[in-house]
Amino acid sequence: MKPFTYERPADVTEALAMAAAVPGARFLAGGTNLVDLMKLQIEQPTHLVDVSRLPLGQIEETAEGGLRLGATTSNSQVAADAKVRARYPALAQAILSGASGQLRNKATTAGNLLQRTRCAYFYDTTKPCNKRQPGAGCAAIGGIYANTAIFGASQACIATHPSDMAVAMSALDAQVEIAGPGGRARAIALEDLHRLPGETPHIETTLEPGEMITAVVLPPPPPGGQIYRKARERASYAFAIGSVAVAGGKVALGAVAHKPWRARVAEQALAGGAGPAEAMAAELASAQPDGHNDFKLKLMARLGAACLTTTGAGSDQ
Amino acid sequence: MSSVKDWAAPTPISENRSGLIGKGVDRYEGRLKVTGTAPFAYEVEAPSPPAYGVLIASPIAKGVVSSADISAAQAAPGVRLVWTPHNVPAQGERGAKINPRSQRGSNPALAAKIEHFGQHVGFVVADTLENAKAAAALVRFDYAAEPADLIFEDNLDAADQPEGEEDVRIGDFEAAFAGAPVRLDETYVSPLQNHAQMEPCATTAWWDGDNVTVHTSIQMVKGGQHTLAETLMIPSTQVRLLTRYIGGGFGGKGQSYDDLTLAALAARELGQPVKVAYTRQQMFQATIHRPAVHMRVRLGAQPDGRLDAFALEAVTHCRREAPFTEHAANFARSLYAAPNRLTGHRLVKLDIPAAGAMRAPGEASGMLSLECAMDELAEQLGLDPIALRLRNEPETDPETGKPFSTRQLVRCMTEGAQRFGWDRRNPKPGQVRDGRWLVGLGMAAAIRGNFLLPAKAGVRIDADGTITLRQGMTDIGTGTYTILAQITAETLGVPLAQVKVELGDSDFPPAPGSGGQFGAATAGSAAFAAGMNLRKALAELAIGDPNSPLYGDDPELVTFGGGNIAVDNRAEPLDQLVARAAPDGVYVEGSITPAADARDYSQHTYGAHFAEVGVDPDTGEVRLRRMFGVFAAGRILNAKTAMSQITGGMIWGVGTALHEYNEVDPRYGSFIAQDLAGYHVPAHADIVNLSAMFLDEVDDKANPMGIKGVGELGIAGAGAAIANAVYNACGARIRNYPLTPEKVLAALP
Ligand SMILES: Cc1cc2nc3c(=O)[nH]c(=O)nc-3n(C[C@H](O)[C@H](O)[C@H](O)COP(=O)(O)OP(=O)(O)OC[C@H]3O[C@@H](n4cnc5c(N)ncnc54)[C@H](O)[C@@H]3O)c2cc1C
Ligand code: SF4
Repeated sequence: MKPFTYERPADVTEALAMAAAVPGARFLAGGTNLVDLMKLQIEQPTHLVDVSRLPLGQIEETAEGGLRLGATTSNSQVAADAKVRARYPALAQAILSGASGQLRNKATTAGNLLQRTRCAYFYDTTKPCNKRQPGAGCAAIGGIYANTAIFGASQACIATHPSDMAVAMSALDAQVEIAGPGGRARAIALEDLHRLPGETPHIETTLEPGEMITAVVLPPPPPGGQIYRKARERASYAFAIGSVAVAGGKVALGAVAHKPWRARVAEQALAGGAGPAEAMAAELASAQPDGHNDFKLKLMARLGAACLTTTGAGSDQ
Repeated sequence: MSSVKDWAAPTPISENRSGLIGKGVDRYEGRLKVTGTAPFAYEVEAPSPPAYGVLIASPIAKGVVSSADISAAQAAPGVRLVWTPHNVPAQGERGAKINPRSQRGSNPALAAKIEHFGQHVGFVVADTLENAKAAAALVRFDYAAEPADLIFEDNLDAADQPEGEEDVRIGDFEAAFAGAPVRLDETYVSPLQNHAQMEPCATTAWWDGDNVTVHTSIQMVKGGQHTLAETLMIPSTQVRLLTRYIGGGFGGKGQSYDDLTLAALAARELGQPVKVAYTRQQMFQATIHRPAVHMRVRLGAQPDGRLDAFALEAVTHCRREAPFTEHAANFARSLYAAPNRLTGHRLVKLDIPAAGAMRAPGEASGMLSLECAMDELAEQLGLDPIALRLRNEPETDPETGKPFSTRQLVRCMTEGAQRFGWDRRNPKPGQVRDGRWLVGLGMAAAIRGNFLLPAKAGVRIDADGTITLRQGMTDIGTGTYTILAQITAETLGVPLAQVKVELGDSDFPPAPGSGGQFGAATAGSAAFAAGMNLRKALAELAIGDPNSPLYGDDPELVTFGGGNIAVDNRAEPLDQLVARAAPDGVYVEGSITPAADARDYSQHTYGAHFAEVGVDPDTGEVRLRRMFGVFAAGRILNAKTAMSQITGGMIWGVGTALHEYNEVDPRYGSFIAQDLAGYHVPAHADIVNLSAMFLDEVDDKANPMGIKGVGELGIAGAGAAIANAVYNACGARIRNYPLTPEKVLAALP
């Protein structure tokens, strides 16, 4: 681990100022991803600004009838919240399907969104990886690690985003509230937070340097059923090999792309009266498996159709 | 040499007067471990402040280190020493003196010639771990890479007969198979698995003049001591090796690794204690693994199920320079009757990390094949899988004709079937649903050899009555401390609290260590012998002491119990006797050697596994719903530790069937999974309802206590029961383990 300095701000303004003051500074929340990566010297921040004790730990009602989840609310706290469970069951299910109880106690809403890929070659620092070292090449292409993207991959990177929570938030049309240097504040759709890899897979989000996430806002729950289901290699404590979130007529897929994959094509098909299997087939028509991850086609087709059937989002004729 | 006949006589263990034998007493060192106060090797406090070593791994699979630039690392903060192949101190070659098992670690450490990805090529010592790590990243290496053979499947044609091994042929397999009315010919593939002990390999080393003391995590005390002595080119008497607490071994720590070599070398160079631990990634790439095995099973049967012909041929792999055979076919030599038999092994040499022992080497992989093949054959024949096995139950060892010492396989199966509710199994697959889950049942038999090796133990009693057992044995988390305390207390008729057990020190009387499920029988028998010798010494002491109430009594009549030594109603407390007649205490040793006629018997432990699984037709995910095992493994010393050994083995079997595997990257020779987030073993949620029972058994041909090993039996066959249950649930017969969602989904209609 590279030596680094550490500071703990009292409020958001101070946090932004501290981060702006030192080049190479990073925000530290639960640390469950960042510190692991620092130990492997994949992340090498010079300075850590610990945001975990900022007063952003509340879950509040919004005027619109939704919920605002503070950036530092823990995954456990959100999943256990009665309002979340009653109104956003897909989100509670998604969070509870991720990591372990211990990790969820530490992991935060913002940190979870910004966790980095689990691509095996990203973690093995003896391998070329465009995310770690832009221009170095991508060991996953032509490799045998199979938990890779079937949507939106590029010649530079075929990694997936590993978060469960973010997939449910995507289907729920969540907004991300952001504070930037000089007190600039903005809000974007969660769908616009993460980027596809393109030629610059090391730039993973649309956050500007020095910006921090202050909250995630959930609009009022859409009419209709909700569900989150995750396929994985063991019953618990494993990243998804494919997951599906459904909220009313909204569908998002996990472990298939560099970001939570909003299944707009499937949604349109459903809106046009398609049944679950038909809607999933329409979405998957544009998927581009690479030979190693072909299983994801059958998996997503079946899992998606099963979720849509359960929630009644479409009915097969 | 003794004879097994001597072992049938009653002993304090078989009499079990205070009932300590078999009792589920808590772990001797349990409190220390759960309170974090048991010092593991890396945590042992050194006599002066230590420096910290970090290892650097090769990113190529084969070739040589052509040059190394250490200047930046040497100039980094806190750095004490930087070694590469070009400046690492000379090391002695490992010769014939030591157990060949302990020769597989790289020798010398930091060799210029690279034989696998992850081989260590550099070593940095600094004042803190962080400084050492940061400096290690600054060492620059140049490599001359050479083409490497990395993928087992691509090199099957290069498989050779392992040196010194022959196929075993009985009768005429080919003719019998060709003529059999019902035939099965299938190939099963077991996965490559990595050691993932909670505690990585770790050493704390320091010197005192010419003598080195090392605390290290190793299963074999003597092997480690001699290996290090040879490496350092000093007599073994100058090496003291301690291994008091071990956070899991499973065969992976049967030998020493570079942490031991380099910690000792660096501590000598720096005149300062040095600590070295492997990272999790290094545990994967730079220790040993269970190799993958291709197993071709051929069965030729009569319509009634009787086997005429049986063959199991296993092809496996090892590191080119480190021959090791995963003997996946051996178990089958004693399992089912068939007059015409063929078993054998072939070996592919690869340029990947070394294959080696992992819990139940042979059985753990091998039984995944035959125990599925029996399920498949049963279906072909329209027989129940248990009925097929009963039909092929041998009366004597099917290969050698030797009598079995004990064999309760049939009872394991029938008793298990009854308790599990096997009669509820629908033989037609894919018939039972619970919600979205397809539900199925499966079973498999278990067999694992039982062994006894030579060992010694020392036991002393002090004037306060404390009895201390000392042995160069290890407890790798299995419960050795605890059962040795029970044996000693029961043998001497004292309460458990009066007994202390000290293990893991090369100064103590030697025992072979933990491995091959021989630990309890071997170390325990030596402890028992030492205890019996102490009884004799104490009896003589009392009888010869005019102040003892036993003065002049017949030594044959002396009994021990309740902390007393007695003849009839004349008794005195042991502490009183020792304080008066031998105030400096009494120390004796005892030993065990295998009986001359032990090999006249076919000696194994047995069991039967029963599993119920659910298969999710949407995703191909398999979840264990319940599992039950019945086992026969001699006299059980401790109901609690034996149960946790046997169920721990079953759980590993579940993982082998469903979760646990690694793959080698064909371009780099590295493992894909290198940490516990990516390398899956069962989590709690995978094991919701799993239990086991032991049948009553005493094997008086095994050792003086009639006990057998339980450490490895539980894994043998467990995975096959799961695979058979998956087939019964959904009709997908997958012969390539583990049964991941990807494979199951592909096989589902
Ligand atoms: C073994 C293991 C298994 C796991 N399994 C799963 C799983 O199955 N599913 C799943 O979804 N996740 C899983 N996780 C990942 C886990 O969910 C994440 O590690 C966690 O959510 C990260 O949150 P954190 O608060 O600890 O983030 P940190 O590690 O503190 O930070 C992560 C990133 O976010 C940045 N950051 C944090 N807060 C802010 C902020 N307010 N503004 C801007 N940037 C910020 C940091 O700078 C850093 O780059 C697993 C993790 C582990 C270790
Ligand atoms: S897929 Fe992306 S993260 Fe993985 S090696 Fe390639 S560039 Fe790196």
